[in-house]
Amino acid sequence: MPDRLTPADITKVARLARLELTPAELDEYTRQLSGMLEHFADIDSLDLGGVEPMTQPFPLVNVLRDDVEADTLDRDEVLAAAPAAQDGRFRVPPVVGTEP
Amino acid sequence: MTALELARQIRGGERRAIDVLEEHLARVAQHEAQIHAFNLVTADEARAAAHRVDEAIARGVDPGPLAGVPLALKDNLCTRGIPTTCSSRILEGWRPPYDATVVQRVLAAGAVPIGKTNLDEFAMGSSTENSAFGPTRNPRDLSRVPGGSSGGSAAAVAADFAPLSLGSDTGGSIRQPAALCGVVGVKPTYGVVSRWGLVAFASSLDQVGPFAADVADAALLLEVIAGHDSHDSTSIPQPAPALSAQLDRGVEGLRIGRITDLPAGAAPDVVARLDAAFAALEAAGARIVDVRVPAFTYGLTAYYLIAPAEASSNLARYDGVRYGLRVPAADTNAMYAATREAGFGAEVKRRIMLGTYALSAGYYDAYYGKALKVRRRIADDFARAYEQVDALLTPTSPTEAFPLGDKTADPYTMYLCDTYTIPSNLAGHPAMSVPFGTGAAGLPVGVQVLAPTLGEPVMFRVAAALERSMAGVGGAR
Repeated sequence: MPDRLTPADITKVARLARLELTPAELDEYTRQLSGMLEHFADIDSLDLGGVEPMTQPFPLVNVLRDDVEADTLDRDEVLAAAPAAQDGRFRVPPVVGTEP
Repeated sequence: MTALELARQIRGGERRAIDVLEEHLARVAQHEAQIHAFNLVTADEARAAAHRVDEAIARGVDPGPLAGVPLALKDNLCTRGIPTTCSSRILEGWRPPYDATVVQRVLAAGAVPIGKTNLDEFAMGSSTENSAFGPTRNPRDLSRVPGGSSGGSAAAVAADFAPLSLGSDTGGSIRQPAALCGVVGVKPTYGVVSRWGLVAFASSLDQVGPFAADVADAALLLEVIAGHDSHDSTSIPQPAPALSAQLDRGVEGLRIGRITDLPAGAAPDVVARLDAAFAALEAAGARIVDVRVPAFTYGLTAYYLIAPAEASSNLARYDGVRYGLRVPAADTNAMYAATREAGFGAEVKRRIMLGTYALSAGYYDAYYGKALKVRRRIADDFARAYEQVDALLTPTSPTEAFPLGDKTADPYTMYLCDTYTIPSNLAGHPAMSVPFGTGAAGLPVGVQVLAPTLGEPVMFRVAAALERSMAGVGGAR
């Protein structure tokens, strides 16, 4: 397993996760996640050669419903729960153009 | 009084649903301030539902097997028009536009939902201390935790706020609080109960299940909520299993496995109760067989890589766009980050960070990929054990209920609470906790019955036998 985590690693992960951590959180998570990865090293001793990864416990394939018209969620009800909506759509701040 | 008996009386016209409801609401009014089982008590909606049940009976229509039975819902189950928070600031005030399938099914069976119960934020925790709205306390000892993450649902049944409740179990979140509160809690086989409308935490592990004061009530509620649902692509295309009919069959001739290489960590008083459970089953005619499940030990590591990885993906949806909290910012990226920083609590952020790391480029194979292989190994080891036995017995929780604040300083200490419950989620198997006496501090100890995929019938037979053996010594409820 990789070496201990650094604050730079944690900063990168926070950016990937869209979390804006405080300096105190950055410090705490660097310490705690490093500690956890040490515990998790117990599986390094296992010989897992030839073992198929298991992604789901009860594999079902090609789960399709009949191609018939059915009710969906009411648009106005859904939009009413949004922080901001306009003209039948979700309203958000600018996506591009504000960052240098 | 049990749900079965209440429903019988209400269906038979001996009692009115509204009177039964008011009795339960009165208990809530008296004790809820100390316990905090609920994020929201929906008294008005409950009274309306109880009146509908009474009106149906007056018209000669049978409201169903849960007629007039008060029921509490974990606050990560969507309820149309009723706030569903997951005990998180990020969903505070959100009113879902639909009912979860399990909510539809309990309503169709005549149940009377009385409120939304507290949980560890997004079901991440083992003590209900991670709730953004304050912890729930154990009704058996208010200085102690009820377990988690479904601590509110377990406490609601233990305090008799409702005879039944629903929770969700991703790594033990029904069984561990059931053990700590002295009630029955069931995690069904993955796919037996629809997850539609259960707010997702780790989708390959999550499963909805019942809490009840006894095994028969748990069987009744599971029969109501189980069965195929076309809204959930992981739902097993089979009808609900018949469980109530199994309860009196006994365990004569069944082979019950004792895992000889079970990970250490259970307190001596818990081990003593497990030994007593084996003795009780043997006395009832079962054969106890020693088996090995070597990979059981590695469940904790596999789980705490897989579950956070799935959570980091599932919780990406909380971005301030479609529902819940939004912290305004100049552009979308800044809004996402500010919203998530303000809306998520410490444990949720910790797991999102851990999961994002385990999935990130360069580390995927070393962590997530490897954990998936360990998961396969665990399922294979269980399969070999089930060639020799019909069910397995382990402790549910390593200890009795612990004091509030006892395990909050070091997250890994809290994670160890799930040592015995996690492997069933990884394998997708059913497992349930049955109260089996008390430990050193006089608090409830649960014994866990494990069975293979779709082994609910045999699991309930064993659970019922354990409960009967306790009734003989005055230890059952």
